[in-house]
Amino acid sequence: MEKFINFRSKPTPLNSANVDTDQIIPKQFLKRIERTGFGQFLFFDWRFHDDGSENPDFVLNMPEYKNSSILLAQDNFGCGSSREHAPWALRDYGFKVIISTSFADIFYNNSFKNGILPIVVDNDLLSKFFKFINDDSNYEMDINLNDQTIKDNLNNEFKFDVDAFRKKCLLEGLDDIALTLEHKKKIDIFEKNYLK
Amino acid sequence: MKKTLFDKIWDKHLVHEEDGKPSLLYIDLHLIHEVTSPQAFEGLRETKREVRRPNLTFATMDHNVPTLNRNNIDDPISAQQIETLIKNCEEFGIKLFDLNSPYQGIVHVIGPEQGLTKPGMTIVCGDSHTSTHGAFGSLAFGIGTSEVEHVLATQCLWQNKPKTFEVNVSGSRQKGVTAKDIILSIIGNIGTAGATGYVIEYRGEAISTLSMEQRMTICNMSIEGGARAGMISPDEITCEYLKDKPNMNNLKEMKKEWLEFASDEGATFDKTLSLDASKMSPQVSWGTSPGMVSGVDTRVPNPNTEEDPVKKKSLEDALEYMGLKADTDIKDIKLDTVFIGSCTNSRIEDLIAASKVFKGKKVASSVNAIIVPGSQLVKYQAEKLGLDKIFKDAGCEWRESGCSMCLAMNPDKLSPGERCASTSNRNFEGRQGKGGRTHLVSPIMAAAAAINGRFVDVREYDIDLGDY
Ligand code: SF4
Repeated sequence: MEKFINFRSKPTPLNSANVDTDQIIPKQFLKRIERTGFGQFLFFDWRFHDDGSENPDFVLNMPEYKNSSILLAQDNFGCGSSREHAPWALRDYGFKVIISTSFADIFYNNSFKNGILPIVVDNDLLSKFFKFINDDSNYEMDINLNDQTIKDNLNNEFKFDVDAFRKKCLLEGLDDIALTLEHKKKIDIFEKNYLK
Repeated sequence: MKKTLFDKIWDKHLVHEEDGKPSLLYIDLHLIHEVTSPQAFEGLRETKREVRRPNLTFATMDHNVPTLNRNNIDDPISAQQIETLIKNCEEFGIKLFDLNSPYQGIVHVIGPEQGLTKPGMTIVCGDSHTSTHGAFGSLAFGIGTSEVEHVLATQCLWQNKPKTFEVNVSGSRQKGVTAKDIILSIIGNIGTAGATGYVIEYRGEAISTLSMEQRMTICNMSIEGGARAGMISPDEITCEYLKDKPNMNNLKEMKKEWLEFASDEGATFDKTLSLDASKMSPQVSWGTSPGMVSGVDTRVPNPNTEEDPVKKKSLEDALEYMGLKADTDIKDIKLDTVFIGSCTNSRIEDLIAASKVFKGKKVASSVNAIIVPGSQLVKYQAEKLGLDKIFKDAGCEWRESGCSMCLAMNPDKLSPGERCASTSNRNFEGRQGKGGRTHLVSPIMAAAAAINGRFVDVREYDIDLGDY
């Protein structure tokens, strides 16, 4: 996995709650057998009209957000299907951070495994972020995972929480399986007693 | 110390724990299917890793198989996924229930059918409805593809310990109110993120009196309330169901072990909710998330009564997508399609109950009704009972098993604007086909809707549904 590095970007304000993984990546694109190339299909039904043309009203298509790598979303982002294609599509499109008031469990897990940092903030702070970017499309955030801070170009600084273990994995780009295999002896012993 | 079912399973499967880190759990049963596994096998190949315990993993193909003419898959990409699964299972030595197997079916239907699912187990699958297996008193949950690869390579999984949530459903159901209506009521009550971070244990009289198949319907939709998993303590009903399933040696000894997993009397949970089943009516979802649901005897809500701006907008968006006006009587909603199937409601009891509603009746001329059994075994059982004939006489289509219109990855899909009463578990935008409109209901509500061309209150039907 790629290491997570600090960066600066404007956030894309996706003003919808309960965005499910069927919206993030519709099922007709789940048939690939690779992990890459899903970005083109991200939010497909919202991003494109039936004739294949871009829907200019959808936030990802607005020119000011084209290069954003931070997604702001309302509550319960990533609910529904367990498809890891959702974080694959977000990552491939260029999103590295998602900020919401809550995430669905499996999506939250899947994000870390793909180098995406999901940040949980409270309702007031999320509303503030939406307001800042809606008031001024030059609004930008600096994400620093090591310090667990979001600094912005209005000179605000906000702290966020992240589980220490997951933080380490993101920062160092650690492979989960390699980590587990460090415990191979323990697994062997457990299994010997357990499988009898 | 008094322990819950969850605590007992968790403790038994702990391989390694350390402060401030997730715990490493041993996995007893791993189920895989064609959509979420190819990249996991690819990962193993790239890193030259083996499957640690091939005999603890079972595979089937269900998500994109056609339910008509299944030996001829037109979509080349679906065909490739299915081919890939066959190749991967061969290469890594994994048992596969393929399209020619009499036991093929939806992954969550065949696990219990084949006696693979048992009390006290840890069960994972790259599919969120793995929670279904919790009905047997197992800890069963959905995982992503990286985790599928992890389980293949190590037979273990890192997990942060979830909290426990007791959902206590007391009282007895009115006739016509089914397990599906109980779980929809629960989700309507707690909301789609109401159980995020928790494992639910369903308890109480209205749960313990349910058959195993209905318990599976309840646990199946736990994920729709945000829960990591849903479970029910094993009891005599559990053991009775399992006794003639394949792979049951030493039944007497196993039974004793199974029953010990049940939550101890007086064990405490992190959170509790109590509901009364006798007050529930048959449920119909009217929006685009499973929490947007209400009784068939009510009306579509009015966004103007909602003060919270985010919720109000969600309501407005949902009604717009669903093509519904605020305050419409649920019984005035007309249907184009009826789908009876999916891992929520496609087992034999579901089909028997639906057939009782269809018997001697005709599907409304404006409605297209399709019935998709959960597995080939269910199909066989249904045909032995003559249910296929009842369905076909009523004007329904009778299909081969698979996920079908639950997620429309195969050719069974809704067209834009088409309105469907569906026994599946998700009513998200586009779930059953782009622009399609889904109303989640029980199999008997779906059958009654098919006959009437609109929703009706199935409590008014004078039929003997037995324990269903
Ligand atoms: S029937 Fe539907 S919910 Fe169940 S496994 Fe298949 S696609 Fe998923």
